[in-house]
Amino acid sequence: MTPFSSPRVLRPSGEHSPVGGRLLTPVTAVLGLLGLVSLFILAVRLVYGLGAVTNINDGYTWGTWIVLDVMVGTAFACGGYAMTVLVYINNNWEYHPLVRPALLTSVFGYTLGGVAIFVDVGRYWNGWAVFHPAYAQPNSVMWEVALCITLYVGVMWLEFTPAILEKAGKIIWLRRTRKIMFILLAFAVLLPSMHQSGLGMVLVAFGDHIHPLWQTNYLPLLFLLTAIAMGFAVVVFESYLTSHGFRRPMETPLLANMSQVMVTLLVIFLCVRLGDVAARHQFHRALELNLQAFCFWCEVILFLAPLLMLMKPANRNRPRLLFYAALCLLQGGALYRLDAYLIGYEQVPGWHYFPSVPEILATLGLVSLEVLGFIVLSKVLPVLPAPHGVAHVNGR
Amino acid sequence: MTSTRREFLRDTLVGGGSALAAGLLPAIASGRDNLPRIPTARGLLYDSTLCIGCKACMAACKQANDLPPEHTLAEPYWDTPLDLSGKTKTVIKMYRDGTAAVKDREVDGFAFIKASCMHCVDPSCVSVCPVSAMRKDPGSGIVTNNPDVCIGCRYCVAACPFKVPRFEYDTPFPRIKKCELCEHRMAKGHYAACAAVCPTGATLYGQVEDLLREAKRRLSLSPGEETRFPRGELGGADHDVRAHTARYVPQIYGESEMGGTQMIFLAGVPFAKLGYRPLPTRSYASVSETLQHSLYEGMVMPIAALAGLSFLAYRSRVNHTLLDEEDQPEPAGEQP
Repeated sequence: MTPFSSPRVLRPSGEHSPVGGRLLTPVTAVLGLLGLVSLFILAVRLVYGLGAVTNINDGYTWGTWIVLDVMVGTAFACGGYAMTVLVYINNNWEYHPLVRPALLTSVFGYTLGGVAIFVDVGRYWNGWAVFHPAYAQPNSVMWEVALCITLYVGVMWLEFTPAILEKAGKIIWLRRTRKIMFILLAFAVLLPSMHQSGLGMVLVAFGDHIHPLWQTNYLPLLFLLTAIAMGFAVVVFESYLTSHGFRRPMETPLLANMSQVMVTLLVIFLCVRLGDVAARHQFHRALELNLQAFCFWCEVILFLAPLLMLMKPANRNRPRLLFYAALCLLQGGALYRLDAYLIGYEQVPGWHYFPSVPEILATLGLVSLEVLGFIVLSKVLPVLPAPHGVAHVNGR
Repeated sequence: MTSTRREFLRDTLVGGGSALAAGLLPAIASGRDNLPRIPTARGLLYDSTLCIGCKACMAACKQANDLPPEHTLAEPYWDTPLDLSGKTKTVIKMYRDGTAAVKDREVDGFAFIKASCMHCVDPSCVSVCPVSAMRKDPGSGIVTNNPDVCIGCRYCVAACPFKVPRFEYDTPFPRIKKCELCEHRMAKGHYAACAAVCPTGATLYGQVEDLLREAKRRLSLSPGEETRFPRGELGGADHDVRAHTARYVPQIYGESEMGGTQMIFLAGVPFAKLGYRPLPTRSYASVSETLQHSLYEGMVMPIAALAGLSFLAYRSRVNHTLLDEEDQPEPAGEQP
């Protein structure tokens, strides 16, 4: 493959451009308001304790703040991870225009996942202990995950600095950062590989607390596969929404090309997922009439549907179909994680959990802040692919 | 179009793929076994057939550990916990079936059972705690929580196979609460308060090895046989209680469950009926740590993956920045 056919590639300000426009719109106002509501709820939690706003209890001590905001939320934030693998590690630079928006969603997704962890842990003032060599406990998957996520948030903000440097016109600094960027990129792949598989491994220690349809030593691999697949799906999802929201052309050819990676990942995931259940002789549990079995089949359908939709190459060029396929995949991945952590969390009788209204509003508000941050920064900074800058990097 | 997929697959195997392959390793990893019993470990033997349900242990526990009463009735006059909680470290529960006419009988009978920390030989809570707040004493084997470093993540609450550690949800400064076998009383020469006050010897404190021997002696007796049951501390100064042997279920719960526990049980009713479900002999901590170690032992795999990823990222940068660095004119008016 020839690296470049076009001789003059001025990367700064070439591929990406700010959207511009007013920052205060009805949409941003509503998002901001929802964000304020969630900040109020989080303040109540800090003053009165977790029980004042959440329904978590000793039977279900991890509620939606952990399962939705962290386990599902960070998977939605894997766009940056997936694109970093594709573009920088796999050397597919034609996808470079998609990196920055993906990275920006990732930065916000992870940062707010971090906020959720901070307000959910009961004794946040002891957080330093995670990083103190005398107390760090490497046998704990939680320790590994906490360390990797913290480092990764830092790495992602650094990975995003070129957009800020470009805006500031610091071309020399831009070049300097690019010289060492490869180490940062290696970390930007290693760290999410470690903690996304770690999020699955967290459950292994739960033993028979987790329903046999989900409890397996392959949890790390399955969580890793969903993370990468959801990462690609979220890029399609976000690309479709921004092109509609900001009335910019959609990068359909790039997305169509990329969607075959999703197909491959879906095939691998389904093989490992179903093969594992069958190999452990637990398939009969999927044939029972209960919520767990029902949710298991919902997952399978949500993973099969995008596979069938995208199997035919011609379909991949239809933006709406691509969007629906990505949506299915995202829902399937989210449900898989929700099931493993909550629906499949089998308890001694007598314990129940359903999130409270403030608990859900807090999550909704945090997501709103995430979307708000994305809108504001993509209007101000060169983040989204420039309307004209799609084809010129493609050397093929 | 097909080249993209081929390259993706190739590089998945080379680079990020090391992480993927790592997921396949646990199947072949040798792993770590259950931790062994500590010879000097201390624990409790709870004999359900001796328990009369007086709940003196619950009151003594509250007093010894400075815990508030818990109200579950309309009239808030008595301490009436229904389960372990952030306010209650031990609780006596009752099993009843049908007419509940006869003690220690499964059908139309009743029985008592104690809930408190099992002080596992290979505790999940210690294995999962990210900050070493949950700690197992190398001498006594007692599992304690250190609030000075505990971050309140509640991984221990969620992971404990016996649902023992509890959390305080109604305060801004919550703590993890669980039985610590009155470790704080031992410095003053005392032992677990629940055993000290038990009038019948149903809750007996001692060295776990001795307690296991005592439990086996009781199982070897024939039902109805009169024998001496030690009270308070096994081998201690307390007087014995003479009583008739009940009809035991031939099992010492905690002898091997989850790799063994330091709180062991005898009962006349199958343990599953008393809320103590059958559990594998391999500890969940050892399963989890085997997986964790096979991926991260010596950090070999992450470092190798990092090296591979750095190489690929560097190669890809060289391919794609040389051109624009050479061709690009120095932009005018730039401040470095």
